Amino acid sequence: MSLPHLLRNPWTAFLGRRTARLLLSLGVVLTASFAMIRLVPGDPVRAALGVDAAPALVAARRHQLGLDAPFLSQYRDYLSGLAHGDLGTSLVTGTPVAELVRTRLPATLEIAGLAFLVTLAVALPCGLLAAVRTRDGRHPRSELAFTALTAGLAGVPDFVLAAGLTAFLAVGLQLFPVAGSAGVESFVLPVLALSLAPTAVLVRIVRVEALKVLSEDYLRTARSKRLSPARRYLLHAAPNMATAALTVAGSLLPALIAGTVLVEKVFAWPGIGSALAQSVVTQDYPVVQAMVLILGTTVLLAGLLVDVLLALLDPRSAIRES
Amino acid sequence: MSLPIRYPRSPMAWAAAAMLASLVVLALAGPLLWGAAADRPDPTAVLQGPSAAHPFGTDSLGRDVLDRVLTATRPSLLLALAAVLLGATGGILLGASTAVVGRRTRRLLAGLINLLLAFPALLVAMFLAVVFGAGAGGAMLALAVSSVPGFARLAQTLAAAVAGTDHLASARVLGLRRHRLLWRHVLPNIAEPLLLSTTTAAGTALVALAGLSFLGLGVQPPGYDWGQLLNQGLDRIYAEPLPALAPGLAVLYAAVAFQLLGEVLAGGVARRSPAPRTPAAPASTSGPAAAGLVLQVEDLTVELPTPDGVIRPVRGVSLSLRPGEIVGLVGESGSGKSLTALAVADLLPDRARISRRTHRLLGADLAAMTPKERERHLATGLAMIFQNPASALNPSLRIATQLTETVRTHRGASRAQALAEASDALRRVALPPAVLRARPHQLSGGQRQRVMIAAGLMVRPRLIIADEPTTALDVTVQRQITRLLSEIRRDTSAAVLFISHDVALVGEFCDRVLVMYAGTIVESLPADRLPTGTRHPYTRALVASVPDLTADRDRPLPTVEGALPEPLAPAPGCPFEPRCPRRRDHCAEEAPPLEDLDAVHRVACWYPVAAEVFAS
Repeated sequence: MSLPHLLRNPWTAFLGRRTARLLLSLGVVLTASFAMIRLVPGDPVRAALGVDAAPALVAARRHQLGLDAPFLSQYRDYLSGLAHGDLGTSLVTGTPVAELVRTRLPATLEIAGLAFLVTLAVALPCGLLAAVRTRDGRHPRSELAFTALTAGLAGVPDFVLAAGLTAFLAVGLQLFPVAGSAGVESFVLPVLALSLAPTAVLVRIVRVEALKVLSEDYLRTARSKRLSPARRYLLHAAPNMATAALTVAGSLLPALIAGTVLVEKVFAWPGIGSALAQSVVTQDYPVVQAMVLILGTTVLLAGLLVDVLLALLDPRSAIRES
Repeated sequence: MSLPIRYPRSPMAWAAAAMLASLVVLALAGPLLWGAAADRPDPTAVLQGPSAAHPFGTDSLGRDVLDRVLTATRPSLLLALAAVLLGATGGILLGASTAVVGRRTRRLLAGLINLLLAFPALLVAMFLAVVFGAGAGGAMLALAVSSVPGFARLAQTLAAAVAGTDHLASARVLGLRRHRLLWRHVLPNIAEPLLLSTTTAAGTALVALAGLSFLGLGVQPPGYDWGQLLNQGLDRIYAEPLPALAPGLAVLYAAVAFQLLGEVLAGGVARRSPAPRTPAAPASTSGPAAAGLVLQVEDLTVELPTPDGVIRPVRGVSLSLRPGEIVGLVGESGSGKSLTALAVADLLPDRARISRRTHRLLGADLAAMTPKERERHLATGLAMIFQNPASALNPSLRIATQLTETVRTHRGASRAQALAEASDALRRVALPPAVLRARPHQLSGGQRQRVMIAAGLMVRPRLIIADEPTTALDVTVQRQITRLLSEIRRDTSAAVLFISHDVALVGEFCDRVLVMYAGTIVESLPADRLPTGTRHPYTRALVASVPDLTADRDRPLPTVEGALPEPLAPAPGCPFEPRCPRRRDHCAEEAPPLEDLDAVHRVACWYPVAAEVFAS
């Protein structure tokens, strides 16, 4: 394909714009994480090492962190360090932060990804079912119950739910492990805590979208063909609401990823979030910095992934939107 | 300004109001009533479990957990409210100002807001709380700043709508300064939705603040709020779950209260008067079958419940079709012709109620069948073609699927067999088999309607009901479609019920014409009598309103004057009486029955137009 041809291709244009946006946001994350350790009130090194630390040790650590160098060269060093996979060193344990990320990132991605899949798997069919039951103003009591229930569940904070689940199901009934990651059953409670509120939000939107689709002319056509309800709803209705539902689901993903920090703390889940929570308490700023960077980048990449998936699913709307 | 609380009597509104009121009372009275007890250490009762004296146990200094949770209502609420007010003010000013600044600044601001919105507010708040330093003030400020992009985006969207309005444009022409434009013209017009979202944001802020304190970034000891109490409780949750549950329940209670409030304010739980239920029509037995009819319907009435009362858009309609006959059903929009078609095909919306004396398809009594039997009989006996082929075909399914699914479902045809039949059906409507692989958006309007017809042909129906099949198409394509229907009738001897508002089109290719007015058939006549032989004043006016090539272009087109009668309160007389140029006293008193003029012509009029008069 020739270059002008390639440039005119809507796909190239879409990916080009989307990548530019990603790079800009990545710049914000990098700069913010770099600035963080320099903006914190007081001396981060002394805060981590304690008030009684020997001045020579503090100076050595400051030098090690590059905090005594000129500002711009600090930024350059930070970026080149990142490019080489160097995320700094923990002030508390002295281990490389990159090592911490490598061991902990998979655990976070696992519960966040699973929670997202559970959200989709529950919200899509339930929203469609609710729409079928309440279409044309039928069953107004079901509709009221649905609205009240989903409004209530959407307001349940993930970390509060996590604490409640621990108290009742793990400590009380001992159905699930209380903390940590060991085996399939340890995934149940963290994933449940993370996915409940997004599911409640998504299921409402799916219902509204499904109601729109159910009143479309082509569903009347399907009815005139005397097709079974299953075929009408699953084959004729569901694909036409997928794009709208997935767009909303994608917009819920960043908050879900941020929610892992609190939920991981409750379950002592060995991921990025609990490392962040712990390093906040110990004021281990290089770790805080790296974890914020990793979480921010994860959010951005997840957003890109969702956008590309949506574009593959419904090329016209993606290209129209961009 | 009135808040949009449209249904203050809904149970959810009561629940939200009661929950919020209790929170306010707790915030005001909590520290006064329990504050002293909450801070009183008791070395003899350290880390106790629940007891009569301490229902939720005690903490590491022996302080009562419940007292502390109740006392913490005030700081938890106050900090959240402060964060929301600060964030909302900043965000709304930033977003609304986009409406009054120049284009370049506006794009820059919009880009900035977009960039910040890519990050979840909670993550931004954590980051800022670290930067500002752990503590109540820092956490509050961090929350406020993290909520700015969200508010800014909302205000920007709302303000953009205001910016496009005439009065802002004229205010700008008058030379008003930017801040005056902002305060006088932009903000007042977007205040209501912003107030609404600020309310719901208070709940989010409360949870986020609890989250920050839970992480150790918020309120620091010796101060305490719900988040911090939860954190302390979590440390010993394995031994004693209740001290962690109490602050958790408090956060949950407040979060749900704000969530419900937002729901009520948004009017999402409108308390609707339940739609009147219409019981399914009981199976009844149709009148005797007339020989040689494809469709036999007598005395068909459709009732529709509306918020203002039950209307009867179809009233006592009878129609019958013989094999190979094309019958036109013509009338203005609102005359009930489409509902008649849907009733015949048993496709009325659920809330509609149908009654009829006779309803037979191919001699079989549909009225006496169970719904399942009726579906099976209609599935292969009848095909519907709808008005707008652009929306009547499913945009996400291939034509092959939409053509083959009926025979695969109802005839059990194999995939290959069904595809072969689909190719045949497409050939009949003059489309190449390649269309099978297409999706609807790849076809033209005329092609789509041909596909709809082909899909109808797949079941080899004896009756085709075409509901305004040509309305959405241009004139040359209209002719192609009607010619196609005529050919299909000739080749398959299927009967066609052709519904249209276009009396000229109906007169051209139908055998017989039924004229419908306000839910009743007012005239039934052979199509060739339309030009000069109509007897009902309404039909006559309808025919006269058709322009032809010889019409004098300088004269306005004649139209049927007046409007259809009010459907909620039908008058006892002839429905056309108010618009009728020939009305007499009797017409308003009694509706005329549809009576035979001769063997093929029936009219419902007390004083039919004499054929000669009209011809002259």
